[in-house]
Amino acid sequence: MIRRSLILDVLIDLIVRTAFVFSVFLLFAGHNAPGGGFIAGLVFGIALILKYVAGGIDELRAVLPVSPETLLGVGVSLALLTGVAGWSWGESFLESTIVELELPVLGVVKATSALPFDIGVFIVVVGLAAALVTSLGEKAVDR
Amino acid sequence: MISVLVFAGAVALVCGVVGDRLGRRTLLVGALAPAAMVAWLLSVSGEVVSRRTWVPAIGFDIDFRLDGLGALMVALVGGIGVLVFVYAWRYFDDRGGLGRFTAYLVMFSGAMFGLVVADNLLLLFVFWELTSITSYLLIGFQDDSAAARAGALQALLVTAVGGLAMLGGIVLVAQAGGTYSLWDLLADPPSTVAAGTGLALILVGAFTKSAQFPFHFWLPGAMAAPTPVSAYLHSATMVKAGIYLIARLAPVYAALLTWWRPTMVTVGLVTMLLGGWRALAQRDLKLLLAQGTVSQLGFIVILVGVGIPELTFAGMAMILAHALYKAALFMVAGIVDHQAHTRDIERLGGLGAVMPLTFAVAAVATASMAGIPALLGFVGKEAALEGLVHERLWGVAAGVVAGSALTVAYGFRFLWGAFVATTYDDVKDPVGPDVTPPRLGFVVGPALLVLLTVVAGVAPALVDGSVVEAARSVDERAGGFHLAAWHSFGLPFVLSTLAVAFGWLLWRHPLSRLRLVTVRVPEATRLYAAVLTGINRQATSVTATLQGGSLPVYLGVIMSVTVIAPAVVMARHWIPIPRLVLAESPVQAVTALLVIAAAFGTVKARRRMAAVLFLGAVGYGVAVLFVIQGAPDLALTQLLIETLVLALFILVLRVLPERFEMVQSRIRSFARLGISLGMGLMAGTFALWAAAGRVHPTLAGEFLGRAEHEAGGRNVVNVILTDFRGLDTLGEITVLAVVAMGVMALILAGAPDEDVDASATDGHTENPV
Repeated sequence: MIRRSLILDVLIDLIVRTAFVFSVFLLFAGHNAPGGGFIAGLVFGIALILKYVAGGIDELRAVLPVSPETLLGVGVSLALLTGVAGWSWGESFLESTIVELELPVLGVVKATSALPFDIGVFIVVVGLAAALVTSLGEKAVDR
Repeated sequence: MISVLVFAGAVALVCGVVGDRLGRRTLLVGALAPAAMVAWLLSVSGEVVSRRTWVPAIGFDIDFRLDGLGALMVALVGGIGVLVFVYAWRYFDDRGGLGRFTAYLVMFSGAMFGLVVADNLLLLFVFWELTSITSYLLIGFQDDSAAARAGALQALLVTAVGGLAMLGGIVLVAQAGGTYSLWDLLADPPSTVAAGTGLALILVGAFTKSAQFPFHFWLPGAMAAPTPVSAYLHSATMVKAGIYLIARLAPVYAALLTWWRPTMVTVGLVTMLLGGWRALAQRDLKLLLAQGTVSQLGFIVILVGVGIPELTFAGMAMILAHALYKAALFMVAGIVDHQAHTRDIERLGGLGAVMPLTFAVAAVATASMAGIPALLGFVGKEAALEGLVHERLWGVAAGVVAGSALTVAYGFRFLWGAFVATTYDDVKDPVGPDVTPPRLGFVVGPALLVLLTVVAGVAPALVDGSVVEAARSVDERAGGFHLAAWHSFGLPFVLSTLAVAFGWLLWRHPLSRLRLVTVRVPEATRLYAAVLTGINRQATSVTATLQGGSLPVYLGVIMSVTVIAPAVVMARHWIPIPRLVLAESPVQAVTALLVIAAAFGTVKARRRMAAVLFLGAVGYGVAVLFVIQGAPDLALTQLLIETLVLALFILVLRVLPERFEMVQSRIRSFARLGISLGMGLMAGTFALWAAAGRVHPTLAGEFLGRAEHEAGGRNVVNVILTDFRGLDTLGEITVLAVVAMGVMALILAGAPDEDVDASATDGHTENPV
């Protein structure tokens, strides 16, 4: 059994939680401020790696209960579907549109069809990080 | 028409996702797709055209057109499809994978539907290949059986090679004719040499798909598929795709090209006789039917291929008749297999007593195949013989009679061997009267097909309209004929009778025992195997030469090419580089110096860990430079990537030696130094050269201007990624996903077995073996 450091555990736990929230913020802020799906996915991915460093593969799976393959598939499909949806409101594949919604607490929210596309990018990048950590991590464990 | 396709796609998706929870009932859900096709067909009348521009630059538009022949094919795809799905519901026991199976089968029906209504030839090609792929997946459904995998691969390779030839042919013909519309090309056929070559290539595709000699061998191999698949794809619909295309082209091109008719007659006759002969020698019920199908397809190719109106008309009747009786016979073979657990004719016998309904169905279907009066098969064959007699094609007629005699003979063999025979030729474990009879729902499908055969045989007027319309749609003159239940005691009837009599003799006569030991024709399967082995061996040796497995050599080659190729171009088109500013601010200068120092550190480090850290420092330094230049998105991305790479490096470093191995030879280390310096120089010079060479104004202004009001975003970098250049991003994330899967497969494939088991059981990673 690997000896675990309590300080490291707690610290990483704090950092990881913050990073998860921050990545979601980056994802939604991305259209108007620095950020976006790719960057958000990287932040999330790094948080996953930290989690792995602290707790190993089991804790990583506890945080991310879906397999990397699922993430990769869902992400690409989501982006692709956004593209296909472009046909329904415009002439061409991936054509974007802007929707203004009135939500109960948040008031008027402007959303573009680029957001689901960006979420797809985000999921793929997270899936990539998860794939690399699980495969490189698992492989290396007993060598 | 698009809505039918979309519906089929949706059904396939639903079946694939929730299918395994529904078990066998998924197949009934799947039946909705072909049922929708039938409903759609009933709801439309006359010619239906649907156009949608897709890629006008290469003439690739989503153009559909439904005419008489299309309607006949859609009726087969939809009608037989429904029966096959219902049949399969009884055929399968509740087992895993039925969701997947149903999804494939639905996708096939959609692809086949698209194929027969496509007007644009490129669109037709896409559907054509989709049927090949779904056929591959369906044949290989029992993926734990080596025979199924081999059969699936063989079918895919043969039909895909033919499909590739066809694509080449389509391009040639369309370039010559100036359009990709099948109908326009038929109305105004190009007659250049290129068009002729193109048509020959298209025929290769059609012949492979319809299992014509010398490509016939994949069809018996495809019999490893579950029987519903054989009944649907490999007798009623997919193998008719080639015939469908030939039927469209023949009336126009048979007259234009001198080689057309001889080719059709030769290929068709050889296929018909070879298939019939092979069928006689089979012990397996399904293989017998498969060889018989090859034979019948050859017959239909002759009919629709020569482009003579009366024969074209007869060919349409035979397409319908064959689909009805052969699908029924395959279903019967599946019922026998399901109940008796064997398809071996030598072991089977006397089943007629225990399953009388199945026996009756099989008997009627066989009789229709053999051309016994009052059945649709007779009506079709009589029309064909009458046409041959009218046209005075005596040689062809003789061949057809011989082929029909073989058909009668293997028909007897099928029927007698499974249902009647009670004497077994020294077989140890006969199967017979102790078999349990099938449930009624199982027999309903083939029974309905046979019922239609009988009704249409007695009163052909019922299907006459469809057949006439189908014939008229490919050739105006072919629409002037009508089906008749009974012609006269003329020459055609004499020929029919002769065929039946000869067939009976061939089956009864003791001489026919010799059929199993007669001279073996060199089998096309062997040629296929030889070609495959040759290609594999070649590939192995080429790979061994080019991919030695040394990472330094790979990197050296890649980098040398990266340096030399652009260097040549730059030297030939040198652009004077304007005066450069060394640094805009002290901070910039200091950061740049730190980056350079870190780069030296990376190279000089003895420990891997130290080198990785230095490399990280280089990356972070570059990120700082981005910040100074005012590019927060870029800097953020760079920082995060560096961090991620650093972490991953450390994961990998755990399995590598702590220190680098020192290069022993001086020549090698000089070579490496040279390549590295060249690479650095190249990167720097190229950046300056490219910046100095700008002739067009940058897009930055336009992007900045359009980002806010058109795409609704103020972060122009993100807007470019997700909107302006969204397609690029889509491509990139697809690459990312593929790379991630590749890395997992590569790394986990070499993992020890217990790792594999562990990861397989918790469902986290696919079993890589």
